[in-house]
Amino acid sequence: MVRSHVVLLGPQRHEPTLKDAVESLGIRGRIAAVTAGWEEREGEDQELSAHLGGRTVNLHLYGRSEDVHQRDPELLGAIRARHDRLRKLQELYRVRLSHLMEAARELLRRESLPGYAGLIEPEVRGAIEAVKRLDDEHTQRVRETHVEFELRWKPHQREHVARHRGELRQILDDCSALCVAGGHVAILLDRLRMFGVIDLLREQALLAWSAGAMAMSERVIVFDDRSATGAADPEVLDTGIGAVQRVVVLPHATRRLRCDDRTRIALFARRFEPCLCAALDPRMRMDFRSGEWSAPWGAKALSQHGELAPVNAA
Amino acid sequence: MSTALQDLESRAHSGPHALDEFLRSNRFPLVDGRTVTFVYIGAADSVHLRHWLHGLPNSLSFQRVGHTPVWRLSIDIPERSRVEYKLEIHRGGHRQLITDPLNENYARDPYGANSVVRGAGYEDPEWARHDPEARLGEIQELEVDSGAFGEKRNVLVYLPARYRPTRRYPLLIVHDGPDYLKFASLRTTLDNLIHRLDVQPMVVALTQSPHRLVEYAGDERHARFLAQELLPALESRYSLVKDPEARCLMGASFGGVASLSSAWRFPGTFGRLFLQSGSFVFTDLGDHDRGPVFDPVVRFMNEFRARPGRPAEHVYLSCGIYEGLIYYNRSIVPLLQSTGMTLRFTEARDGHNWENWRDRLREGLSWLFPGPSLFVYE
Repeated sequence: MVRSHVVLLGPQRHEPTLKDAVESLGIRGRIAAVTAGWEEREGEDQELSAHLGGRTVNLHLYGRSEDVHQRDPELLGAIRARHDRLRKLQELYRVRLSHLMEAARELLRRESLPGYAGLIEPEVRGAIEAVKRLDDEHTQRVRETHVEFELRWKPHQREHVARHRGELRQILDDCSALCVAGGHVAILLDRLRMFGVIDLLREQALLAWSAGAMAMSERVIVFDDRSATGAADPEVLDTGIGAVQRVVVLPHATRRLRCDDRTRIALFARRFEPCLCAALDPRMRMDFRSGEWSAPWGAKALSQHGELAPVNAA
Repeated sequence: MSTALQDLESRAHSGPHALDEFLRSNRFPLVDGRTVTFVYIGAADSVHLRHWLHGLPNSLSFQRVGHTPVWRLSIDIPERSRVEYKLEIHRGGHRQLITDPLNENYARDPYGANSVVRGAGYEDPEWARHDPEARLGEIQELEVDSGAFGEKRNVLVYLPARYRPTRRYPLLIVHDGPDYLKFASLRTTLDNLIHRLDVQPMVVALTQSPHRLVEYAGDERHARFLAQELLPALESRYSLVKDPEARCLMGASFGGVASLSSAWRFPGTFGRLFLQSGSFVFTDLGDHDRGPVFDPVVRFMNEFRARPGRPAEHVYLSCGIYEGLIYYNRSIVPLLQSTGMTLRFTEARDGHNWENWRDRLREGLSWLFPGPSLFVYE
């Protein structure tokens, strides 16, 4: 069995590949599952369980968090205050972001126009740098918010969180791997953080997909070019768990991104470089071990030329 | 003249067999870029197109193709337009108003059905059609004892799929709600948009007035009914977010006036407005020419224009460019903006009808109550 191994997979709903991934790692024992991103439906994991031959143990993080909220109103108040602060920070970030992104897009559009040769590239570079600086500032503010919260409230030391953590530790000690499903990425991250689940792992393998895969990265970038209200600018939402480094995880990339718009794709890739913008479509897989990644099932990434290319070429 | 039209004329002269073949192999009206050709086959003294396109004469006459029973009329319709119409057949001193026998596309409304021509590029929204994957909401009935009207009023209430009393939901109150269900696919649209995470799961109260032309025309009693009777009744029975920003009034035509006037009379109660083809008729000088039913509307609108206040925070306003009301709707845009409200205004290439209002539901609802699609990755 391979240990300390993180595997990110494409969406599992229609073309599940989790079982193959588990078998490829030689995992034999029980597998802990996090489905908190499904919120109240986290218990509806029969398909997942059947897919893995009935050996999953659902950690019920969403249900546990509800229990904590109910029993520890002081912590709940603090969590809500942090949530309100993060929401406001996001709103302010979005105001600045929309202007910077529009400028960067407009400059990128002019790259191919006659008369701008030799002039436009420094301007484009400067515009993208401005977006990167804003992303970094926002990430830092979000990180500080979490750190302040942790220092002030020490949630893992509070009675009800600590009790659940104890139970989770026991369950995880008895499991050979942890798999983290998708769903609402902010809710999932919040529950993973509340119980410090990843810190409870010893050498078990970690497999995650969709929102679960996003949560494993260092920074969570949300995106939806197909939104009913029109293409939204990709946003830094939060700091992630950081189980994998230097990668931006983009589940359903082909469906959610306007891949035919080379300007948007190129801007996305350049904005987040040196991170790899990995397109985790169905059947895609990326493996991370000792800080190195590999893509045995042909994952693709956004290239700075504005296309989806095999990860090795992006 | 387009190839199809040349073909039609040639076949019309070649006899019934050739004509039948042409009819079988084409869809009607014939749409060729911006040119739409309506065709009628039958005995008549004259044939006319009856439509509701503001800017064109109400009745346009068809031309007969030689001495054949074929009548045709070509008009210019901008791309992505949608136009409802009927045919008026004059024969032997009688006049008959019918839907187009050659056109299988209809739109229903409370008065019956109209034929529909879809200009080049127009597509029926797929999100308004049944999606077998979408979970279905539920409709309940609620009886509200109204002091404002001195009688009981029945309201239908849509609950989203997997409604849970432990969660709190935004509230949308829809004027002419049952008509929105019947003629604008509101229920299917809500099911689909919620399922696709385009809009937040919400509770929707569907109201219907027995005297809408009176009660929706800026009537103070109606505003009182919504704000002081219906809203508390809904909040006591359902799990709703008790915040003006999570409450929206919606309506079309006179329903738009009712929504705006109710929010204006109770500022700080309804934070969002969804106004479709509002009958926002006003006067700057002199009288209006819309008949006495508009008198209270004009009184309200003139009063509103004089002191608009800030009735809500977010307003989604839409109107068809083929409606006479487009000028009034365009005119109130700067006024609404001047109040500090956030406004989105959409013009549609359509008329004053339910399918126009249906076609704007996705944009309007997802703007007013954006769903969590940005955050959900299954």
